[in-house]
Amino acid sequence: MTDANALLQLVPKAEAKQSMKDFKSDQEVRWCPGCGDYAILAAVQGFMPQLGLARENVVFVSGIGCSSRFPYYMNTYGMHSIHGRAPAIATGLASSRRDLSVWVVTGDGDALSIGGNHLIHALRRNVNLKILLFNNRIYGLTKGQYSPTSEVGKITKSTPMGSLDAPFNPVSLAIGAEASFVARTVDSDRKHLTEVLRQAAEHPGTALVEIYQNCNIFNDGAFEALKDRERAEEAVIRLEHGQPIRFGADGAKGVVRDPATGDLEVVTVTAANEGDVLVHDAHSTSPTTAFALSRLADPDTLHHTPIGVLRSVERPVYDTLMADQLDTAVERDGKGDLAALLAGTDTWTVVG
Amino acid sequence: MTSQVSSPAEQADGTDETVVGAQRKPVGTKDVRRLDRVIIRFAGDSGDGMQLTGDRFTSETASFGNDLSTLPNFPAEIRAPAGTLPGVSSFQLHFADHDILTPGDAPNVLVAMNPAALKANVGDLPRGAEIIVNTDEFTRRAMQKVGYDTSPLEDGSLDGYHLHPVPLTTLTVEALKEFDLSRKEAERSKNMFALGLLSWMYHRPTEGTEKFLKAKFAKKPDIAAANIAAYRAGWNFGETTEDFAVSYEVAPAATAFPPGVYRNISGNLALSYGLIAASRQADLPLFLGSYPITPASDILHELSRHKNFGVRTFQAEDEIAGIGAALGAAFGGSLAVTTTSGPGVALKSETIGLAVSLELPLLVVDIQRGGPSTGLPTKTEQADLLQSMYGRNGEAPVPVVAPRTPADCFGAALEAARIALTYRTPVFLLSDGYLANGSEPWRVPDPDELPDLAVRFAQGTNHTLDDGTEVFWPYKRDPQTLARPWAVPGTPGLEHRIGGIEKQDGSGNISYDPANHDFMVRTRQAKIDGIDVPDLAVDDPDGARTLVLGWGSTYGPITAAVRRLRTAGVPVAQAHLRHLNPFPANLGEVLKRYDKVVVPEMNLGQLATLIRAKYLVDARSYNQVNGMPFKAEQLAAALKEAIDD
Repeated sequence: MTDANALLQLVPKAEAKQSMKDFKSDQEVRWCPGCGDYAILAAVQGFMPQLGLARENVVFVSGIGCSSRFPYYMNTYGMHSIHGRAPAIATGLASSRRDLSVWVVTGDGDALSIGGNHLIHALRRNVNLKILLFNNRIYGLTKGQYSPTSEVGKITKSTPMGSLDAPFNPVSLAIGAEASFVARTVDSDRKHLTEVLRQAAEHPGTALVEIYQNCNIFNDGAFEALKDRERAEEAVIRLEHGQPIRFGADGAKGVVRDPATGDLEVVTVTAANEGDVLVHDAHSTSPTTAFALSRLADPDTLHHTPIGVLRSVERPVYDTLMADQLDTAVERDGKGDLAALLAGTDTWTVVG
Repeated sequence: MTSQVSSPAEQADGTDETVVGAQRKPVGTKDVRRLDRVIIRFAGDSGDGMQLTGDRFTSETASFGNDLSTLPNFPAEIRAPAGTLPGVSSFQLHFADHDILTPGDAPNVLVAMNPAALKANVGDLPRGAEIIVNTDEFTRRAMQKVGYDTSPLEDGSLDGYHLHPVPLTTLTVEALKEFDLSRKEAERSKNMFALGLLSWMYHRPTEGTEKFLKAKFAKKPDIAAANIAAYRAGWNFGETTEDFAVSYEVAPAATAFPPGVYRNISGNLALSYGLIAASRQADLPLFLGSYPITPASDILHELSRHKNFGVRTFQAEDEIAGIGAALGAAFGGSLAVTTTSGPGVALKSETIGLAVSLELPLLVVDIQRGGPSTGLPTKTEQADLLQSMYGRNGEAPVPVVAPRTPADCFGAALEAARIALTYRTPVFLLSDGYLANGSEPWRVPDPDELPDLAVRFAQGTNHTLDDGTEVFWPYKRDPQTLARPWAVPGTPGLEHRIGGIEKQDGSGNISYDPANHDFMVRTRQAKIDGIDVPDLAVDDPDGARTLVLGWGSTYGPITAAVRRLRTAGVPVAQAHLRHLNPFPANLGEVLKRYDKVVVPEMNLGQLATLIRAKYLVDARSYNQVNGMPFKAEQLAAALKEAIDD
């Protein structure tokens, strides 16, 4: 049994067969009509029965923002917390309750701006959390300010002359923060989204899934380059572990390594260079190639955006290590004896 | 009372045998004087090991059975520049044959390891006090560094004191010449030489320190042996040198303590043990989410040592994550705690507000220090009371409990846990730097006498809808306590969502309804106001007209000042608050019984402000915000002035 399966075993299984309906709460969904969040909610609700976990052992924790309303709509345990802090709260829950499947739902502002610190530390610790980062490249709930993933020069209410700061690439950031699982998917591609969620759920440790999500009110069409059938062919690089990294019409384009710099570049595949096309290895111990892949995308046009699982490696999981230390302490010192602890080694007796 | 030390007379058998087992006894024919109490202050550079020396002397004194109270005082810098005034670290210990309440106002004995230590502390000494100085450090340069143009050891400026010039460094190096140590290494043991000398002067048991040194340097037996040799050399020096003609006995405080097993304990240690005990009494795993901060870090360190009690400690990336993780663990059914000091509370405020809204149990331990901002990290203050009461957005009432002595931190932690678990609320535990690092004897409780904190998680549905459906309502309250059910994840059928948005009474669903919000705000307040806290006890044997009201760590100095006044024939009543929110139900009635109410605080009048606002009494403040606890004499004078006014 792999470590991954061993960890999932800690969460009790559902006794009866589940359906999507079991995961819908009785609350009316209040996102704007046409919001990409609906598609993600439906995908998650539809995917949960595949996992087959006892519903009462599943917890969704969120921060603040449009996406963070997500837990209210899941018929599981849930907490809608405060801005940016969901990874910290979920860390306490997951590390004290290993029988739970803990999911964090967050957005680009929540996770990368106000909560950036908690996100990177959750990733480096490798706590058993599944983090769904809905990236719409805009602040929706506060009505349309630019976000830390907005392209430079973004015209918004708070940046009428264009935003000045360079955006984060969440996937690059996560890989840099020692993440053991990093993936990217798109709200409108249900099949791809579900497959990425499945891999994330099975990953032992922190899994970060960036989901490109359309805000049809404040940033409509932000990911159109990746969705429009014709344009997507040239823009999207679908990664599959063990497969050559090719895209474009008939796989005409491929990713190769520049032997001079070691960096990656996109080339037109020919008979001569076909053998040089990189084969995607999500399980590589070194994060170098995954990072290089994450840098292929143009932050403005989104051309050459890799989607799929960029990195998935096994390394020790924080909550497992923490539980192991507790077990070791009991083995070494015996189960705690309160009377002995309170008395210590230096006492004196007063007799009446 | 048992005592490990026999009187010197019994040992004066004319032999040279000074070691009985590992226990050293005075054998000489020097005078022995009896004292009822002594205040000693060890002072030196931050790197001189003064805190360790003080701790050891305290342990010896505790095991001898004296009552005691300690005041460590050190700079925030780990190693401030050597020989400078800001780098001086000191440890004051007051011990007695009767019960005492404070570390003492003015030392009877000062051990000054260098000119800076002398200069920084001599002003606190009464005339006639004994000063032991390490003459080796009184070089021209070292003296000039702290502004001594002439040597205070020779210029007559210390004429009013009983000066013992001792070349501590030279004597230590000489005593260790048999050891294979560099001069620098040998010099490091000079604090143990000083400890040995003082242990001789005050007939302290020596076995504990020798055992301690062996254990501390178990992996370096040479260093252990050198330290023990220096310690014994110091002891022998006192025994043989002419300069120390007298040694002193302070008898055990036989009548000061009720029967029982005792130990010495500091506030932070007592608080840590209180949390572990609360976890056991509640039968819930303890989870601490914390970020290192002075003077609270020792609680994180201590709890991290007790994983075999099922204690999980999480050193977070920041203060916010510390409390966030704790709140997450509380949602999962742990007894959750975060520990910090004032600046950390400021960062945690939003999450405390969330805990108020979620109505989950959570202990917020604030070891107060000097503020504002970074302030005085290693000094004490009581200036976070209003922050704990009001430092959040919206109407967010939080109960506040404050221990009064180092040992009381144990019981206060259990009490804070009782309130948190019973009422499903965050609770502030307001300790401070003085309680945290100070120590005193503590009667070790039997675990069987600790309060039962058993908790019942929600197990099933608790509400029937109009259509007859049985449902779980996360905000359907207990009619007595107004606490909501605690349904932890993993409980089938009770799946629910909670959050910081206002929720509908009962169902807990999001609600923006104006009337519902008004109701929920008032209900959360009513829940806290309705917390069952014991009535305030008043100590008023003489039917006084003036009440002194305190809270927290001022208990020792206030009680000592009140004793002084009563001894001088001045009637004064005393009461001390442990619960600051809610106040005891009888507080208003108590206040109205007195013509005058005086509130001494180590802030600018925060409790007085609350008292004046709530009870419309003309409470007078007496304030000191200098980073140090009140001195009993000054406080007594101030109280007298208020009484006579």
